[in-house]
Amino acid sequence: MVRFVSGLTVTERQVALVVLLALSLIGLAMAAAGRGDPMGAQGFIVMIFSVGLGFAVMSGYYAPEPDESRLSRYYDDPTKVGIVLTMIWAVIGMAVGVWVAALLAWPDLTFDAAWASFGRLRPVHTSGVIFGFGGNALIATSFHVLQRTSRARLPDQFTPWFVLIGYNLFCIVAASGYLMGVTQSKEYAEPEWYADIWLVIVWVAYFLLYLRTLARRKEPHIYVANWYYMAFILVVAVLHIVNNLAVPVSFAHAKSYSLFSGVQDAMTEWWYGHNAVAFFLTSGFLGMMYYYLPKRAGRPIFSYRLSIISFWGITFLYMWAGSHHLHYTALPQWVQTLGMTFSIMLLVPSWASAGNALATLNGAWHKVRDDATLRFMMVAAVFYGLSTFEGSFMAIRPVNSLSHYTDWTVGHVHAGALGWVAMITFGSIYALVPWMWKRQAMYSSRLVEVHFWLALAGTIVYVFAMWNSGIIQGLMWRTYNDGGTLAYSFIDSMVAMHPYYIARAFGGLLFLSGAVVGTYNVWMTIRAAHAEAAAGETGADVPIAAGSGAMQAGE
Amino acid sequence: MDLGKQDPVTGRVTTGHEWNGIEELETPIPRVVFFFLGAAFLVSVICWFLYPTWPLIWTYSKGLLGIDQRVTVTEQVERATEARSVWTAQVLDKSYADIEADPALMHLVTETGRTLFVDKCAACHGVNATGGPGFPDLAAKAWLWDGEPEAIEETIRVGINSTNDDTRTSQMLAFGRDGILPADEVGDVVAYVRSLSGLQPAEGDAARLDKGRQVFADNCVACHGEDAKGNKDVGAPDLTDANWLYGSDVQSVFSTVYSGRQGHMPNWGAKLSPLDIKILTLYVHTLKGAEN
Repeated sequence: MVRFVSGLTVTERQVALVVLLALSLIGLAMAAAGRGDPMGAQGFIVMIFSVGLGFAVMSGYYAPEPDESRLSRYYDDPTKVGIVLTMIWAVIGMAVGVWVAALLAWPDLTFDAAWASFGRLRPVHTSGVIFGFGGNALIATSFHVLQRTSRARLPDQFTPWFVLIGYNLFCIVAASGYLMGVTQSKEYAEPEWYADIWLVIVWVAYFLLYLRTLARRKEPHIYVANWYYMAFILVVAVLHIVNNLAVPVSFAHAKSYSLFSGVQDAMTEWWYGHNAVAFFLTSGFLGMMYYYLPKRAGRPIFSYRLSIISFWGITFLYMWAGSHHLHYTALPQWVQTLGMTFSIMLLVPSWASAGNALATLNGAWHKVRDDATLRFMMVAAVFYGLSTFEGSFMAIRPVNSLSHYTDWTVGHVHAGALGWVAMITFGSIYALVPWMWKRQAMYSSRLVEVHFWLALAGTIVYVFAMWNSGIIQGLMWRTYNDGGTLAYSFIDSMVAMHPYYIARAFGGLLFLSGAVVGTYNVWMTIRAAHAEAAAGETGADVPIAAGSGAMQAGE
Repeated sequence: MDLGKQDPVTGRVTTGHEWNGIEELETPIPRVVFFFLGAAFLVSVICWFLYPTWPLIWTYSKGLLGIDQRVTVTEQVERATEARSVWTAQVLDKSYADIEADPALMHLVTETGRTLFVDKCAACHGVNATGGPGFPDLAAKAWLWDGEPEAIEETIRVGINSTNDDTRTSQMLAFGRDGILPADEVGDVVAYVRSLSGLQPAEGDAARLDKGRQVFADNCVACHGEDAKGNKDVGAPDLTDANWLYGSDVQSVFSTVYSGRQGHMPNWGAKLSPLDIKILTLYVHTLKGAEN
C-alpha cells in the first residue's frame, strides 16, 4: 500500500484524500437516510471502503515525493493492482458459479437462507465474472497497452486509481446488494440507481483518461487495440446510461422503477444485454488480443486491412442484433427479422477477426505448441470463432424456437465466456505479469500448462453438457403425443437435465481449479519479485525517451 | 505509401508503422471474406423482402410472404385444436363409463392425463400420485370424498377449503388447543384410534383404550362414524384402514387431535377447461397404485 501511495505526488495524495472523504460522507448519508432499507447497509459498505482506503493513503502520506524521473517511465502501479484484483474476482466469481451450478443439480443446498437462494447468488456469479474478473482485466490491460502503443505516460497518477478502485467499489456494492435482495431485475444490469450513477462517474473518468493519453501519444497512428478498447469504453457508457434510466422510489431507498415498460423495456434491456456481450465481452477483449497475441508470438498482425473491416463490421452490425433475444415474443416481428439478419451478417467480421488472429500465428505455430501462454490465446481465438458462429446460428428464428429458454443458451454463453474471454485474459495475464514485475518468466511454466489443460477440459465438459442438456430440453418441450398433447411435463425435462447439471458443475469445478492454480502462480511470481527487490536488486526501469528500440524484449 | 520491411515468413511487407514492436502486414483482405460478406448480405436482403422487416413512418414493410407471427400462432393453435377434436369431442360427449370401456380412447386420455397431472397436480400429490404428508395418496384409492368419477370431477372443479363459493369444506377441530378435551383425554383417544388399524401400541396404551373409546364415542363419531369408517360427505377419513394423511406415529396423531387439521386444494375450475378436468378425472379414477 505505502509503496503505491509513495508513487503519488503530494497533490495527488491530497486529491485522493478529498475524494475518499467525500465518498465516505456519501456513504454516511446513505447509511443514515437509508435506515431500515438495504440502502443503509450499502451506505455502510461505501463508508467502510472509503475510510479504509483513506487510512491506507494516510499511512503513506508523509513518504517522500517521487522524483521527476518517474515521468520518463510508464505508470504501471494501477495495472499491477488490477491484475491481482482480476485474479481475486476470477476465483470469487467462478466459485460462486460452481455453487449455483451445484444448486441447480441439488436445489436443497440453500440452507433455507434468503441470501443463499439461486436468484440472489446467480447475479453474484455473472457480475463477479463479467464485471469483477473481466472488467478488472480490461482496465488493467488497457492502461498497459494504451501507454505502450502510444509511447506516452498516463497524464496523471490519480485518475487511473480513481477508475480502478472506483470500479471495484461499484462491483462490491453490486455484489453485496444482490445478497440483500437489491436488484432492478435487468439481466447483467442488476445494480440499482445509486450504483449505476457511480459507475457513470467512474466510466466518464476512464474515457477521458483514455482520450487524454491518446492526445499525448508519440506514435503517428492509433493502434488497433486502442480502437477496440475505446469502442468498449464509449459504447458501454451509452448502453449503461440508457438501459439504467430509472426513477428511484426516494433518495433514501434502494428501489427504483425503469423509465421503460413492457416490450420497450424488454427491447432496451436486450439492446443493452447483447451489446454488453459485443462491446464489453468482445471489443475489449479483442483489444487485449491485438496486443498480447502478436507480442507473445513475435509476429506482425496478419492483415491491417482485415483489422479495419472487422472493427467497423463488428461495431456497426452488433448494434442491430439485440432483438434476436426476443424472437417469438410480443416484440413486433419486423424488429425480430432485422435482428436476425444483422446477426447473420455479423458472423463475417467476427470470423475475420478470429482468422486475423490465427493467421498472425503463421510462422509461430511451434511457439503455440511449446508455450501454454500463447496457446491460451490461440484457443481463445478458436472459441471466439466457434461461439460467434453458434451465436449467429441461434439468432435464426426457427433455430431459436428450439434453443430459446434452454440450456443451449447457457452453453453458448459459456463457450464465449470460458473459451474466449477467460482464455484470452489468462493468456494475457501470463504474458503481462513477468513484464510488470520484471521477471524472466512466470514462477512456474508447468503450472501455466496445468491451468491451460484444466481450463480447456472444464470448458469442453461444460459446453458439451449444456449442448446435450439444452437440445434434449428443447426437443422435450416440443414433442407431442398421438393425442396432440405435449408428451413431457416440465418435471420430466428437469429429470432429464439432472445428469448434465452434475456434469456442468464438474466442468465448472475444473475451470475454477485452473483459476486457483493461476492465482497461486501469479502470487508466487510477485513474491519472488518482491524478495529479489528486498535483496537489493533493482529492476531496470525503461525510459520512454529511449524509444522502442531500447525497450525490454518482453514489453 | 510508406511501406516497411518484408516479412520473411509470408513474404508480405509491413505497413511501416510499429507500436512497441508490433507491426502489421499489408496483406490484402482475402477474397473469401468479401464473398461471405456478400453472401450474408444477400441472404439478409432476401429475408427483408420475404418477411416483415423495415420500419416505415406509420407502418413497416410487410414482406412478400405476408407472414405475421400472431396470425401464424393463432392458426397453428386452431389447427391443433381441430386435430385433437377427433378424440376430445368424444371425451366431452361420452359418459365416464363409456370412455373407460373404450381402450383406444382411454389410451389417449391417459397419455394426456399424465402430462396434465404432472404439470398441475404433482407439486402436492407427487409425480406418481402417491401424495405425501398432508396430501392424499390418490393411487391408494382411500377417498376422503367420494371416489366415483363425478365426485372426483367435483373435487377438482371446486377444490377443498378453497376460495370457490361451492367449495368442499372440511375441518378437523383442534380438540386440545381449543380446550374441548384435556390433554390426557387427547392421549386416550389417540391410543384408541391407533388401535383401530392395528398399529403397534405405544407403552401404556392398553390401559387407555377403554377411556379412549368413550372419548371417541362422545366427540368423534359425528364425523368419523361409530364404526370409525369415516364419512365421505364431510371428507372425514376412515380411521380403520392403513392410510394416514398426516402420519400414524403417536406424535403425529396427537398433533392431529390436539391442533386440528385443515387441508387445502385449489379450485381448478378457475384454471382448467372442462375438457382438461374430465381428462384429469379419468386419469385419477383409473390410476393404478404401486401395490395393486
